[in-house]
Amino acid sequence: MNAVIKGASYILAHVPGMVIHNGSTQITERIVNPESEYLKQLPEHLRTYQQAVEYWPNQVYIGNKTPEELAGVEFPYYDKPLAGAGRYGKFGEIMPEAEFLLLMQCADVFDVLLLEKGFVAAHRDELAADPVITEDIAARVKEGAEAADIERFVKEEHAEGLYADGKLVGCVKRAHDIDVNLNAEVMHENLVNKASNTLALLYAVRNAGIEKTDVEYVIDCSEEACGDMNQRGGGNFAKAAAEIAGLMNATGSDSRGFCAGPSHAMVEAAALVKAGAYKTVAVTGGGCTAKLGMNGKDHVKKGLPALEDCLGGFCVILTANDGVNPEVNLDILGRHTVGTGSAPQNVIGSLVADPLERNGLKITDIDKYSPEMQNPDITKPAGAGDVPQSNYKMIAALAVKRGELEKKDLATFASKHGLVGFAPTQGHIPSGVPYIGFAREDILAGKIRNAMIIGKGSLFLGRMTNLFDGVSFVIQANTAAEQSAQSGVSESQVRGMIADAMKEFAAVLMAKE
Amino acid sequence: MDLENQRRVKEFAEKYGPENVVVVLGASEGEAAGLAAETVTAGDPTFAGPLTGVQLGLTVYHVCEPEIKEEFDPDVYEDQISMMEMVLDVDDIVNEMSAIRDEYCKYL
Repeated sequence: MNAVIKGASYILAHVPGMVIHNGSTQITERIVNPESEYLKQLPEHLRTYQQAVEYWPNQVYIGNKTPEELAGVEFPYYDKPLAGAGRYGKFGEIMPEAEFLLLMQCADVFDVLLLEKGFVAAHRDELAADPVITEDIAARVKEGAEAADIERFVKEEHAEGLYADGKLVGCVKRAHDIDVNLNAEVMHENLVNKASNTLALLYAVRNAGIEKTDVEYVIDCSEEACGDMNQRGGGNFAKAAAEIAGLMNATGSDSRGFCAGPSHAMVEAAALVKAGAYKTVAVTGGGCTAKLGMNGKDHVKKGLPALEDCLGGFCVILTANDGVNPEVNLDILGRHTVGTGSAPQNVIGSLVADPLERNGLKITDIDKYSPEMQNPDITKPAGAGDVPQSNYKMIAALAVKRGELEKKDLATFASKHGLVGFAPTQGHIPSGVPYIGFAREDILAGKIRNAMIIGKGSLFLGRMTNLFDGVSFVIQANTAAEQSAQSGVSESQVRGMIADAMKEFAAVLMAKE
Repeated sequence: MDLENQRRVKEFAEKYGPENVVVVLGASEGEAAGLAAETVTAGDPTFAGPLTGVQLGLTVYHVCEPEIKEEFDPDVYEDQISMMEMVLDVDDIVNEMSAIRDEYCKYL
């Protein structure tokens, strides 16, 4: 039977210091244009933690508000704070930067991350108070280093500085003198990913109502790579994060596919569970420092806050069919193949129309589509438009071309079958999966019957192929009862047939006597 | 525009001569198309890539503009582009592209 979605988590970490020091747009600018006005103005555009908490899309991401409620908020969102919004939501939380730096230290098992003594003392109790941070994790925070040592590592040893409220409070040292795969920048990026991955795993276990020991396999689907000069992307973030989260019975591996990674990983996880290889699998993705402030130049130029100030993470727990939770239907899989081509028409056809047609379904038979769920507040000012809306327009246009939708219904397709975007532009994070938590709830509540999750990836960015990629799958209401009812009928039929055969056999025997 | 793509456009212009290169865009928004068009004509407006300060003045069109559409085999266009044509704000794109071409193109 199909695997079910037992629970999901969605977490954010507000890290304005990393926007300045670790976002690739800012790093590039410091190299090519170090005296630029943008770099001077950016700090004034950073949001406070409270502003990030009161930001509507963030509250939707962690589950305190729904996409439907966000649709009722007048666009743009950045100037409409949600009064009374809190740090914690049913799916996860928005962690402040200071605590996240401590969590990064918890994730560091090679002593490359140093934090200043006073900083640790001021914040360690805050991290320990987090509901998912157990004592064993909190105990991983070290006493702290001297400020002078940290400064020396940054100035003389190529360490990557860690900043809180504009002050240097720690550093990530390089893990090798020559190997660029282990330099301080990469170690920082990977520890950020591992820490946010860990937080997502912890919330997912809690939200699914399972024990940590239940998880047998973890698939990480982020876009970072960990390894050394002999195996650049050797891995394995999944197992590394599972260790810190305390998933003692789990092994795992990393699956990659740019932004399509999460959807690939979901299909793999559902297949592993359905095949019986593992009973409980976690699909997890951590945050990406490089994408912080990616569109910052446009935001600053237009007088907006630098809205890409949060790391994102998510985790979905899939288990053997429990007869209750929504299931991943592995019969309806969309795939962009090598031969599909890169025209949007072909892409949407291969991911949406083709798998539905193979199963005798129409585009309008899917209640909700979750494609690229980027928050338009971030993308529109950068000239990239409203990404989810563009996807819905394409799906609707294809439905019209196929005669499955009246042209007059083009305009209303998005509000009926779509969602407004609410996810941070963290690459793989917005790609289809942000809706899985809500989809599970909406299906359980009977609000919708099914949802299609669509992941797309720009493989050409890696310069190994010019191909695009994508994969889609459908989550539907649990069908275990129907299936057992069907199999119940056939069992009784079998019993009847056996009884008939026995009677006939007995009759033959009696005739012989 | 992506830094690597800027480098490739610059290389093509040097190799074949700027008067022999036509850049065809597929951006989904007028503004994004305009930015890319500006990059290959007046130079990178973000001052980040190889085309910063390089005024190539290349001929540039969006694939949904009528001048490009009429170059296509109609069946291929129907198969590859017609869905997007239904989705895009073609008028907005044409306005953006025309404005950039009128101001910066050197080879029309």
